[in-house]
Amino acid sequence: MSFEPKNPAVKWLEDRLPITGMLHHALYEYPTPKNLSYWWTFGSLAGVMLVVQIVTGIVLAMHYTPHVDLAFTSVEHIMRDVNYGWLIRYMHANGASMFFIVVYLHIFRGLYYGSYKAPRELLWWLGLVIFLLMMATAFMGYVLPWGQMSFWGATVITNLFSAIPVVGDSIVTWLWGGFAVDNPTLNRFFSLHYLLPFVIVGIVILHIWALHTNGSNNPTGLDLKSKQDSIPFHPYYTVKDLYGLAIFLIFFSAFLFFAPNYLGHPDNYIPANPLVTPAHIVPEWYFLPFYAILRAVPDKLGGVMLMFGAIAVLFALPWLDKSRIRSARFRPIYKQLFWVFVADCILLTYIGGKPPEGAFIIWGRIATIYYFVHILILLPLVGLFEKPKPLPASISEDVLSKKPASEEAANA
Amino acid sequence: MTTTTPEEENGVKRRDFLYIAAGGLGAVGTAAAIWPFISQMNPSADVLALSTTEVDLDGIETGSEVTVVWQGKPVFVRHRTEEDIERAEDVDLADLPDPQPDSERVINPEWLIMVGICTHLGCVPLKGQGDFGGWFCPCHGSHYDTSGRIRKGPAPANLVIPPYEFLNDSNIKIG
Repeated sequence: MSFEPKNPAVKWLEDRLPITGMLHHALYEYPTPKNLSYWWTFGSLAGVMLVVQIVTGIVLAMHYTPHVDLAFTSVEHIMRDVNYGWLIRYMHANGASMFFIVVYLHIFRGLYYGSYKAPRELLWWLGLVIFLLMMATAFMGYVLPWGQMSFWGATVITNLFSAIPVVGDSIVTWLWGGFAVDNPTLNRFFSLHYLLPFVIVGIVILHIWALHTNGSNNPTGLDLKSKQDSIPFHPYYTVKDLYGLAIFLIFFSAFLFFAPNYLGHPDNYIPANPLVTPAHIVPEWYFLPFYAILRAVPDKLGGVMLMFGAIAVLFALPWLDKSRIRSARFRPIYKQLFWVFVADCILLTYIGGKPPEGAFIIWGRIATIYYFVHILILLPLVGLFEKPKPLPASISEDVLSKKPASEEAANA
Repeated sequence: MTTTTPEEENGVKRRDFLYIAAGGLGAVGTAAAIWPFISQMNPSADVLALSTTEVDLDGIETGSEVTVVWQGKPVFVRHRTEEDIERAEDVDLADLPDPQPDSERVINPEWLIMVGICTHLGCVPLKGQGDFGGWFCPCHGSHYDTSGRIRKGPAPANLVIPPYEFLNDSNIKIG
């Protein structure tokens, strides 16, 4: 399996810095389960989106001015005057949403197939760290155009820290660099918004390193047992991922060219006004479930703690889930609970976008309670009491047992 | 014994002391080096300098309100009506989430001066709305009364009264 280059230049390099061999091992010969479905494409799509965001972001930073008096007009300058500025900005703004879409699907894939279970706990943790960094980066990026939603989103989110007893107000003043969200805040957010994506790149490398140490999970949740269970990454999965990318880019382009502002909020085309709060402020769609949890609690500190807790409990998932079976395919009860949980997350997203009044408050509370009940109570109990379906002996056996059906289809 | 680090009474060696002293100095030095990088994020001197705002009360009619800016924050200057004042004073303090009599919140009961920032998550409440005739925060639904006290909703405290003084009958200085 070792990498033996024939090209003398590559060999010269390899003897001094074995980087070609490392890439060869990771992207070429890497033995991958042969039964991966398209749900396994979202990891590579997330990687592509990270690159898209960094490239478009670097370009935007060449034309943007991080100052309260100039930020809004510099964004309009990008939209109207800079060559293809409209395209690059819309790619960046919609790209953030696309990044979250693929990452959410990637996370739910992991939940369904038990990809967080031993020996992949650390891989799961690194993924959650990437998710947290993405949220911080996206939040600070949304502040930069300095529209009304930028300003008031920044105000509300930074004020979350004022819920911390005793030192809360000092921390908020420290975050702002003043007594309200103002120019110092905008400047530091720009600096950190530029920095964090590169931190994400670093964690992504660790994430892939941890992945390749134990190999990818797969729809059966079984470990690779023999050579028959795996195929090399290239060309099988490079091609599969590229096909997935092509389909995904059509989806991305549909938003980019036909509804570039659909996922945004019209109030952000009004310049920031520190004296007037918009009547209905909502975060970007990818924060709505957490926003719904924040608002479900009629207490400031309680709401903030529960919101952060919603992500914190995910770190404990590998130990909360008591089942030894990874894949939900063989877990009849967990499989149903998974889809209830997905529906609950969608409900939270919907509630998060609605005003905090009437039935929305009640439903928000029910959905919030269920979120925690699923993770903290149902998941451990189901693992203990559920009777799993019989597991196939190996990935190969599972794949071959489906063959007759596909042969019939081919013969028909 | 041929050891080069002589053993002392209770097993403590010279080398142990050197380790701890070097490590301790390193920790203090690192903390000292980090301090400026933390401190630079706090308000700078020019931000701290913008600390007072004067307001001319002439022309603010009874029942109306103006918003002025103090330290980058909106401050409501409300000329209260007799009815507003009565409603603010006629409240059972035991019912309040953050009990405070109206008299503690004003210098002259006609003028209510307070920072117009919701104590929940920092939005600017809207005047003349909500269940108590005062202010209502549209972000997360906090209701304030005619004294700016929290009555209902997620906010934990009353609207903040900034430090201010009457320079004469019709001028105040905030800050």
